[in-house]
Parts: sequence; structure tokens; C-alpha cells
Amino acid sequence: MNVRIIKDKMMHAGVVFVTLCTLVPLFAIIYSVVAKGIGQINWDFFTKVTPNSMEAMLAVAEGKVIPGGVLQGIVGTLLIVLPATFAAVPFGIGGGIYLYEKDNSRLAAVLRMIVDMIQGLPSIILGIIVYLWVVVPMKSYSAIAGSVAMFIMMLPMIVRSTEETLRMLPNNLREAGLTLGGTNFRVMMRVMLPSAFGGTATGILLAVSRVIGETAPLTLTILGSANVCYDPREPNSAVSLLIWEFYNDPNMQSLIWSAALLLLVIVLLLNLLAKKLSKG
Amino acid sequence: MNQYPIMKIKNLSVEYAKGKPAVKNINAEIMNHTVTAIIGPSGCGKSTLLRAMNRIHELYDNINVTGEILLDEENIFRKSPIIVRRKIGMVFQRPNPFPNMSIYENVLSGYTLNGIKLKKSTKNEIVQTNLESVGLWDEVKESLQKKGTFLSGGQQQRLCIARALALRPQVLLMDEPTSALDPIATKKIEELILQLKNRVTIVVVTHNMQQATRLADSSMFMYLGELIEYLPTYELFNNPKNKKTQDYISGNFS
Repeated sequence: MNVRIIKDKMMHAGVVFVTLCTLVPLFAIIYSVVAKGIGQINWDFFTKVTPNSMEAMLAVAEGKVIPGGVLQGIVGTLLIVLPATFAAVPFGIGGGIYLYEKDNSRLAAVLRMIVDMIQGLPSIILGIIVYLWVVVPMKSYSAIAGSVAMFIMMLPMIVRSTEETLRMLPNNLREAGLTLGGTNFRVMMRVMLPSAFGGTATGILLAVSRVIGETAPLTLTILGSANVCYDPREPNSAVSLLIWEFYNDPNMQSLIWSAALLLLVIVLLLNLLAKKLSKG
Repeated sequence: MNQYPIMKIKNLSVEYAKGKPAVKNINAEIMNHTVTAIIGPSGCGKSTLLRAMNRIHELYDNINVTGEILLDEENIFRKSPIIVRRKIGMVFQRPNPFPNMSIYENVLSGYTLNGIKLKKSTKNEIVQTNLESVGLWDEVKESLQKKGTFLSGGQQQRLCIARALALRPQVLLMDEPTSALDPIATKKIEELILQLKNRVTIVVVTHNMQQATRLADSSMFMYLGELIEYLPTYELFNNPKNKKTQDYISGNFS
């Protein structure tokens, strides 16, 4: 056989092998989370709050599934992430438009630097800052504080994805809008942003899926709660925070995996949706 | 038809950087209801000149323009660029229908972008008339709600012309409108240009000298930012006064 063909086949085999190697950890993770977590997934898991340690211990001793679920975490996560998203989307898109429009201005350079710095900030530091800014003045841990932390985390991702997507659009699209007598603002709202919808929506979903799993800043802002709480001024719970709490309670071990499974499924779905949107 | 100069270019210079003009001291008059071609080698400033005519060059910083361009005796640099661009439409090298809009919405986009609200019946009429005048109506009347980007390149370019015509401009600027199209699509666009000059004055930048001879009533030859010669097309190609024009049209440099 020709040497070139042999080389080609070897390269091909090598690439396939390396690809498989990267897929193994992903499937191993999904497998173990599902295997360990599926046992606790039942109706109660979504509709009841977490039992106290004593009830869990008794159930485990009798070989039953732990009664109750993570309802307060689901409510808390929604109460924290939804307002954060609603606030971060307009500000993030606005910031992205600004960076795109005023590409070379000094303010854009400063803004871009700040955005990159926030993106690189360890989330625990963000937690401490929000503790100082929100929790201390309000004299209470609260879902609001959690939302503020999540908002700050999401902002740079949305700003950057909006800017990048706008930049990928052909420049003559904008010129075409302006030659029809559109103002900059109308061309942006009617042509550029709608054309960039796929990329921007992807950025938003990825930002949501990223913050939904954050735990460190939540320990410093929402503290935790054993009951469902709808008041954003009160301490609250979150699915990710519950995983951490279950880990610290020897009686709750199997709930760790069920909560992890829930989080994993949400994040995977958000990522798949993001992928679909980005392809338009 | 009663002909008069609809556009007058007076002492126009365009500088991208201080002291480095891309277009130098141009003086020319463009007659209404004619097709004027701008030819010349790459980098001679023909696109720059065209883009100054509807002030689209203002999108980019640090571009300095001196001189005047008069449209119906009014200096366009003294008017709102929005009004200027409504009266002076533009078609680009690559067809660029708005990807977020249907064919129907693309034709009306000039009105949408100007914030003009129209009745449904007026909209339908504008869409039909303008698609008809670019010869696209029969091809797309069943699929008006499809995205404009589904059309072939030549159809997309005709859609872009319809979109520009919908605003009833006085002048239509075309920047190498067929250089991204195949010969058949090119032929259709050229036929269209000849039909349209009854309604609108057309200025077309082209790399293709045959195209200039086929389309243009008069032609400008530009070289290194200067307008070397501006004559009726037949004169320019058969009896050029300037040595540079002669060299260029006989293919001695490009």
C-alpha cells in the first residue's frame, strides 16, 4: 500500500482514539450520577422539602428511600436565577452593542477590561463582595443577594457573546440598513440584533447554565433554608447549595446524587438548546 | 426626456488619513435618467467616490471630506444623512437581503427602518410593484413569506434593488453589483439597469469594461484618486484624450 494512504489511516485512527478518550469522562460522569441518583427520583423529590436529618437516618436504617425532596432548592434556584437573568439580558445586550458600536473609544476599552476581569474573578470573591454590598446593609442573607451575585456573573458572558455575534455579521448588512435611511438605532433593533439572535440567545443560555450550578457565592449570600420561601428578602435555598449541605450530612448521602442528577439534566438541556439555537 | 444635471460634484476630496487623499479634487456633473459608469484600476478611489455620494463613508471614523456634492442644487453634506440616503439608494457588491426578514419584509424594510407605518393594502402594492419592476414577482409571489436568503444570488441582488427602489430614490448607486454573480444573473441585472434608468439616475462602479460599454451613457475613468476623463462612454472607449485612459482600456495595465 501507498505510504501516504497508511499515514492517512494512522492519523485518522489517532484522531478517533483521542476523541473517544475525551468522551469517556463525560459518559462516565453521566453514568455514575444517573446510577447513584435515579433511586431517589420520584414525585416527592420535586414536591416536598428536604426531611430533617433524623427522618433521613431512620429511613436509611430501614433500607427505604429518604422521604422528601428538594422543593425549597428548586424554588430558591428559580427565585435567584430568573430575576438575575431578566436583569442581565438587557444590560448585557446593551453593553455588547456599546462595545460593538464604539469599538475604538476609550470607554469601550475600559468596559472591555472590566468585563474580562469580572469574567475571570473567582466566584467566591464575588460572593464576599456581594455579602459586603447587599447582605450587610440589608442585615440578612437573602435571595436578592444571590440574584445580585448571579447577575454580576452573567453580565460579562452576555456582553461578550452579543458583541462577538454582532461582529460576525457581514458589515454590509449594517451599511444596507443605513443606506435605506435607517438611523443607527433602528438598524440595530430591526436588522442587526434580530440577525444576531441565535448567537445572543446561545450566550444567554450558556450564562444561565453556568450560574445555575454555582455554589460558592450562594453560601455567602442566600445561606440556605429548610423550607420553601417565596420572600426574596429572606434567606433561601438552591439546588446547588443543597448538594453541598447533603454532602455535610452523613444521613443524606443518596440525596446528593439525586440533586446532582437534577442539576446535570438541567445544564445538559440548556446546553443542547443553546447548540440548537446557535445553528439557527 | 428633459435632461439636466441632477448631481453636481464640486472640488470633492476624500482623505482616509491626513494628507493622503483617496479621492482628489473631483468635479463632475451627473445627468438625470442616465447610467454613469465609474471605471479604473483597483484602489483608484472609485468606491470611495461612490460611497461619498450617499455619505455612507461617514460610518467610519477619521474620514475627512472637503468639497460639495449637490443633489438638485442642495449640498448633501448640509442635510441630514438620513434624508440624503432615502433619496440616494445603494446596491452592494455582495447581495445582502436582511437575513432576519422575509422577502416581503425586505422590500418594505426601507419604510420599517424609517419608522413609517403603512396600511396593509399599501404594503402589498409596494411589494408587488417593486418586485415586478425588478422582474422577481413571478418567481417569488408564492413564497413572499420565505426568508430572502433562500433565493439564488442573482435573485437576492434583484431583491436588494427592489428594496432600494421601494423608497423611490432619485439616484441609485451600485458598487460592482454583478461581480459576485454568474453570467446569466449578470445579464438580468444589466437588462434591469437599462430599464430602470427611465425612473432613476444610476451610478455604477464596475471592474468590467465591457459592462461599462453595455450599460453606461457616460463613463468616468479614475486613476490614483483623480478623475482623468469623463466622457460619453462611446467617446471614452473609442477616442480617449488621455494616455492613461488609453492604456487602461487597451489593457496595458490594470
